Amino acid sequence: MTAFLLAVDDVNVAQNVAFGIIAAVMIFAALNVVTTKNVVHAALWLVTVLAGVAAQYILAAAEFVAVSQVMVYIGAVMVLFLFGIMLTRAQIGSEEGLNNKGWALGIPVALLLFGLMAFSILDTYGDDTLPARTDVGGFATEGIADQVLSPYLVPFIAVSFVLLAAAIGAIVLARKD
Amino acid sequence: MLAANFLLLAAVLFCIGVFGVIARRNAVLVLMSIELILNAVNLNFVAFAIMNDNIDGHVFALFVIAIAAAEVGVGLAMVLMIYRNRRSIALDELSEMKG
Repeated sequence: MTAFLLAVDDVNVAQNVAFGIIAAVMIFAALNVVTTKNVVHAALWLVTVLAGVAAQYILAAAEFVAVSQVMVYIGAVMVLFLFGIMLTRAQIGSEEGLNNKGWALGIPVALLLFGLMAFSILDTYGDDTLPARTDVGGFATEGIADQVLSPYLVPFIAVSFVLLAAAIGAIVLARKD
Repeated sequence: MLAANFLLLAAVLFCIGVFGVIARRNAVLVLMSIELILNAVNLNFVAFAIMNDNIDGHVFALFVIAIAAAEVGVGLAMVLMIYRNRRSIALDELSEMKG
Protein backbone atom coordinates (compact mmCIF):
# COMPACT_ATOMS: atom_id res chain seq x y z
CA MET A 1 0.00 0.00 0.00
CA THR A 2 2.73 2.41 0.97
CA ALA A 3 4.84 1.44 -2.06
CA PHE A 4 1.87 2.17 -4.29
CA LEU A 5 1.37 5.56 -2.68
CA LEU A 6 5.06 6.36 -3.06
CA ALA A 7 5.06 5.40 -6.73
CA VAL A 8 2.22 7.73 -7.68
CA ASP A 9 3.68 10.66 -5.80
CA ASP A 10 6.70 12.55 -7.08
CA VAL A 11 6.36 15.68 -4.98
CA ASN A 12 9.29 15.22 -2.65
CA VAL A 13 11.24 12.03 -3.27
CA ALA A 14 13.70 12.23 -0.37
CA GLN A 15 10.91 12.84 2.14
CA ASN A 16 8.95 9.92 0.72
CA VAL A 17 11.89 7.52 0.87
CA ALA A 18 12.63 8.48 4.47
CA PHE A 19 8.97 8.13 5.33
CA GLY A 20 8.78 4.65 3.80
CA ILE A 21 11.87 3.32 5.56
CA ILE A 22 10.84 4.69 8.97
CA ALA A 23 7.25 3.50 8.50
CA ALA A 24 8.40 -0.04 7.65
CA VAL A 25 10.62 -0.17 10.75
CA MET A 26 7.78 1.20 12.90
CA ILE A 27 5.22 -1.33 11.68
CA PHE A 28 7.66 -4.23 12.16
CA ALA A 29 8.49 -3.04 15.68
CA ALA A 30 4.83 -2.48 16.57
CA LEU A 31 3.96 -6.02 15.44
CA ASN A 32 6.77 -7.29 17.65
CA VAL A 33 5.40 -5.31 20.62
CA VAL A 34 2.08 -7.14 20.45
CA THR A 35 3.45 -10.61 19.56
CA THR A 36 6.72 -11.13 21.44
CA LYS A 37 6.82 -13.57 24.35
CA ASN A 38 9.29 -11.51 26.39
CA VAL A 39 7.92 -8.51 28.26
CA VAL A 40 11.28 -6.68 28.37
CA HIS A 41 11.70 -7.15 24.62
CA ALA A 42 8.21 -5.73 24.11
CA ALA A 43 9.28 -2.60 26.01
CA LEU A 44 12.43 -2.26 23.88
CA TRP A 45 10.46 -2.71 20.63
CA LEU A 46 8.10 -0.02 21.90
CA VAL A 47 11.14 2.29 22.18
CA THR A 48 11.74 1.66 18.46
CA VAL A 49 8.16 2.58 17.61
CA LEU A 50 8.28 5.75 19.71
CA ALA A 51 11.59 6.83 18.17
CA GLY A 52 10.08 6.21 14.72
CA VAL A 53 7.11 8.41 15.62
CA ALA A 54 9.54 11.15 16.69
CA ALA A 55 11.32 10.84 13.33
CA GLN A 56 8.00 11.14 11.51
CA TYR A 57 7.27 14.32 13.48
CA ILE A 58 10.53 15.78 12.23
CA LEU A 59 9.57 14.81 8.67
CA ALA A 60 6.25 16.61 9.24
CA ALA A 61 8.12 19.74 10.43
CA ALA A 62 6.93 19.37 14.03
CA GLU A 63 10.26 19.67 15.78
CA PHE A 64 8.96 20.74 19.19
CA VAL A 65 6.54 17.81 19.33
CA ALA A 66 9.38 15.50 18.25
CA VAL A 67 11.66 16.67 21.06
CA SER A 68 8.79 16.37 23.56
CA GLN A 69 8.12 12.85 22.27
CA VAL A 70 11.75 11.84 22.83
CA MET A 71 11.94 13.38 26.30
CA VAL A 72 8.54 12.29 27.62
CA TYR A 73 8.06 8.90 25.99
CA ILE A 74 11.55 7.52 25.47
CA GLY A 75 12.97 9.26 28.53
CA ALA A 76 10.23 9.05 31.15
CA VAL A 77 7.48 6.64 30.12
CA MET A 78 9.88 3.85 29.13
CA VAL A 79 11.68 4.10 32.49
CA LEU A 80 8.28 3.78 34.17
CA PHE A 81 7.47 0.73 32.04
CA LEU A 82 10.79 -0.94 32.81
CA PHE A 83 10.30 -0.30 36.54
CA GLY A 84 6.78 -1.71 36.26
CA ILE A 85 8.07 -4.84 34.53
CA MET A 86 10.85 -5.34 37.06
CA LEU A 87 8.53 -4.86 40.04
CA THR A 88 5.77 -7.17 38.79
CA ARG A 89 7.62 -10.24 37.57
CA ALA A 90 10.35 -12.45 38.90
CA GLN A 91 11.67 -14.24 35.83
CA ILE A 92 13.77 -12.70 33.09
CA GLY A 93 13.36 -14.32 29.70
CA SER A 94 10.52 -15.59 27.59
CA GLU A 95 7.29 -16.39 29.34
CA GLU A 96 4.10 -18.29 28.57
CA GLY A 97 0.60 -17.05 29.25
CA LEU A 98 1.04 -13.47 28.07
CA ASN A 99 -1.92 -13.80 25.72
CA ASN A 100 -5.59 -14.40 26.40
CA LYS A 101 -7.19 -17.66 25.42
CA GLY A 102 -9.24 -15.96 22.72
CA TRP A 103 -6.38 -13.83 21.40
CA ALA A 104 -6.96 -14.88 17.77
CA LEU A 105 -10.24 -12.95 17.87
CA GLY A 106 -8.15 -9.77 17.81
CA ILE A 107 -6.85 -10.48 14.28
CA PRO A 108 -10.19 -10.17 12.42
CA VAL A 109 -11.18 -7.21 14.60
CA ALA A 110 -7.94 -5.36 13.79
CA LEU A 111 -8.11 -6.23 10.08
CA LEU A 112 -11.73 -5.14 9.82
CA LEU A 113 -10.99 -1.88 11.61
CA PHE A 114 -8.00 -1.23 9.36
CA GLY A 115 -10.01 -1.98 6.23
CA LEU A 116 -12.68 0.47 7.30
CA MET A 117 -10.20 3.20 8.18
CA ALA A 118 -8.06 2.67 5.06
CA PHE A 119 -11.14 2.84 2.85
CA SER A 120 -12.37 6.06 4.42
CA ILE A 121 -8.89 7.66 4.42
CA LEU A 122 -8.24 6.81 0.76
CA ASP A 123 -11.76 7.85 -0.17
CA THR A 124 -11.41 11.24 1.53
CA TYR A 125 -7.72 12.14 1.26
CA GLY A 126 -6.55 9.77 -1.47
CA ASP A 127 -5.24 12.46 -3.80
CA ASP A 128 -4.42 15.27 -1.36
CA THR A 129 -0.77 16.22 -1.14
CA LEU A 130 0.84 17.87 1.82
CA PRO A 131 2.11 21.38 1.10
CA ALA A 132 5.86 21.35 0.60
CA ARG A 133 6.51 24.58 2.50
CA THR A 134 4.06 25.85 5.06
CA ASP A 135 3.95 28.51 7.71
CA VAL A 136 3.57 25.73 10.27
CA GLY A 137 6.99 24.37 9.41
CA GLY A 138 9.93 26.58 10.26
CA PHE A 139 8.33 28.59 13.05
CA ALA A 140 6.37 25.78 14.68
CA THR A 141 7.77 26.32 18.17
CA GLU A 142 6.96 30.03 18.10
CA GLY A 143 3.43 29.25 16.93
CA ILE A 144 2.96 26.66 19.67
CA ALA A 145 4.05 29.18 22.29
CA ASP A 146 1.60 31.77 20.92
CA GLN A 147 -1.25 29.28 20.97
CA VAL A 148 -0.52 27.65 24.34
CA LEU A 149 -0.05 30.92 26.21
CA SER A 150 -3.07 32.77 24.85
CA PRO A 151 -6.09 30.77 23.57
CA TYR A 152 -5.13 27.47 25.20
CA LEU A 153 -3.98 28.94 28.52
CA VAL A 154 -6.83 27.51 30.61
CA PRO A 155 -6.46 23.95 29.22
CA PHE A 156 -2.71 24.28 29.75
CA ILE A 157 -3.18 25.11 33.43
CA ALA A 158 -5.74 22.30 33.71
CA VAL A 159 -3.17 19.85 32.30
CA SER A 160 -0.71 20.91 34.98
CA PHE A 161 -3.32 20.11 37.64
CA VAL A 162 -4.02 16.76 35.97
CA LEU A 163 -0.31 15.94 36.12
CA LEU A 164 -0.17 16.96 39.79
CA ALA A 165 -3.20 14.82 40.59
CA ALA A 166 -1.72 11.88 38.67
CA ALA A 167 1.59 12.15 40.52
CA ILE A 168 -0.11 12.29 43.92
CA GLY A 169 -2.48 9.48 42.93
CA ALA A 170 0.37 7.26 41.79
CA ILE A 171 2.21 7.83 45.06
CA VAL A 172 -0.91 7.08 47.10
CA LEU A 173 -1.68 3.93 45.09
CA ALA A 174 1.84 2.51 45.11
CA ARG A 175 2.58 3.29 48.77
CA LYS A 176 3.50 0.22 50.83
CA ASP A 177 1.53 0.88 54.05
CA MET B 1 4.09 14.00 -0.12
CA LEU B 2 0.65 12.45 0.04
CA ALA B 3 -1.45 13.20 3.10
CA ALA B 4 -2.76 9.64 3.12
CA ASN B 5 0.77 8.33 3.89
CA PHE B 6 0.69 9.66 7.43
CA LEU B 7 -2.95 8.79 7.96
CA LEU B 8 -2.49 5.19 6.77
CA LEU B 9 0.59 4.70 8.96
CA ALA B 10 -1.40 5.99 11.93
CA ALA B 11 -4.27 3.64 11.05
CA VAL B 12 -1.87 0.67 10.95
CA LEU B 13 -0.40 1.61 14.35
CA PHE B 14 -3.90 2.10 15.79
CA CYS B 15 -5.07 -1.32 14.61
CA ILE B 16 -1.94 -3.04 15.95
CA GLY B 17 -2.61 -1.34 19.29
CA VAL B 18 -6.24 -2.50 19.27
CA PHE B 19 -5.07 -6.04 18.54
CA GLY B 20 -2.65 -5.81 21.47
CA VAL B 21 -5.37 -4.61 23.85
CA ILE B 22 -7.62 -7.50 22.80
CA ALA B 23 -4.98 -10.23 22.69
CA ARG B 24 -2.74 -9.51 25.65
CA ARG B 25 -3.36 -10.88 29.14
CA ASN B 26 -0.48 -9.16 30.94
CA ALA B 27 -1.57 -5.74 32.24
CA VAL B 28 1.78 -4.03 31.44
CA LEU B 29 1.57 -5.21 27.82
CA VAL B 30 -1.98 -3.85 27.56
CA LEU B 31 -0.69 -0.46 28.76
CA MET B 32 2.02 -0.61 26.06
CA SER B 33 -0.64 -1.28 23.41
CA ILE B 34 -2.56 1.75 24.66
CA GLU B 35 0.63 3.79 24.13
CA LEU B 36 0.67 2.58 20.51
CA ILE B 37 -2.91 3.80 20.07
CA LEU B 38 -2.15 7.22 21.58
CA ASN B 39 0.88 7.63 19.33
CA ALA B 40 -1.22 6.85 16.28
CA VAL B 41 -3.62 9.60 17.31
CA ASN B 42 -0.73 12.05 17.79
CA LEU B 43 0.61 11.23 14.34
CA ASN B 44 -2.81 12.08 12.92
CA PHE B 45 -2.89 15.39 14.79
CA VAL B 46 0.50 16.42 13.39
CA ALA B 47 -0.43 15.29 9.87
CA PHE B 48 -3.64 17.34 9.97
CA ALA B 49 -1.71 20.32 11.33
CA ILE B 50 0.58 20.37 8.31
CA MET B 51 -2.31 19.58 5.96
CA ASN B 52 -4.42 22.51 7.12
CA ASP B 53 -1.45 24.80 7.80
CA ASN B 54 -2.66 25.30 11.36
CA ILE B 55 -0.55 24.96 14.49
CA ASP B 56 -3.42 23.76 16.71
CA GLY B 57 -2.66 20.13 15.85
CA HIS B 58 0.78 20.44 17.44
CA VAL B 59 -0.75 21.92 20.59
CA PHE B 60 -3.23 19.06 20.85
CA ALA B 61 -0.44 16.52 20.29
CA LEU B 62 1.45 18.06 23.22
CA PHE B 63 -1.68 17.84 25.40
CA VAL B 64 -2.11 14.18 24.44
CA ILE B 65 1.53 13.49 25.34
CA ALA B 66 1.03 15.07 28.78
CA ILE B 67 -2.18 13.14 29.47
CA ALA B 68 -0.54 9.90 28.27
CA ALA B 69 2.31 10.40 30.73
CA ALA B 70 -0.19 10.88 33.58
CA GLU B 71 -2.16 7.82 32.42
CA VAL B 72 0.93 5.59 32.40
CA GLY B 73 1.92 6.75 35.88
CA VAL B 74 -1.47 6.01 37.42
CA GLY B 75 -1.91 2.81 35.39
CA LEU B 76 1.40 1.34 36.47
CA ALA B 77 0.72 2.29 40.10
CA MET B 78 -2.58 0.38 39.85
CA VAL B 79 -0.80 -2.59 38.27
CA LEU B 80 1.75 -2.59 41.11
CA MET B 81 -1.04 -2.53 43.69
CA ILE B 82 -2.85 -5.42 41.99
CA TYR B 83 0.41 -7.37 41.84
CA ARG B 84 1.06 -6.74 45.52
CA ASN B 85 -2.40 -7.96 46.50
CA ARG B 86 -2.70 -10.96 44.16
CA ARG B 87 0.88 -11.89 43.05
CA SER B 88 -0.37 -11.83 39.45
CA ILE B 89 -1.19 -9.22 36.83
CA ALA B 90 -3.19 -11.49 34.51
CA LEU B 91 -6.23 -9.44 33.55
CA ASP B 92 -8.61 -12.39 33.12
CA GLU B 93 -8.16 -13.35 36.78
CA LEU B 94 -9.54 -9.98 37.99
CA SER B 95 -13.13 -11.18 38.05
CA GLU B 96 -14.37 -10.44 41.57
CA MET B 97 -16.79 -7.79 40.34
CA LYS B 98 -18.27 -10.03 37.65
CA GLY B 99 -22.02 -10.42 38.22
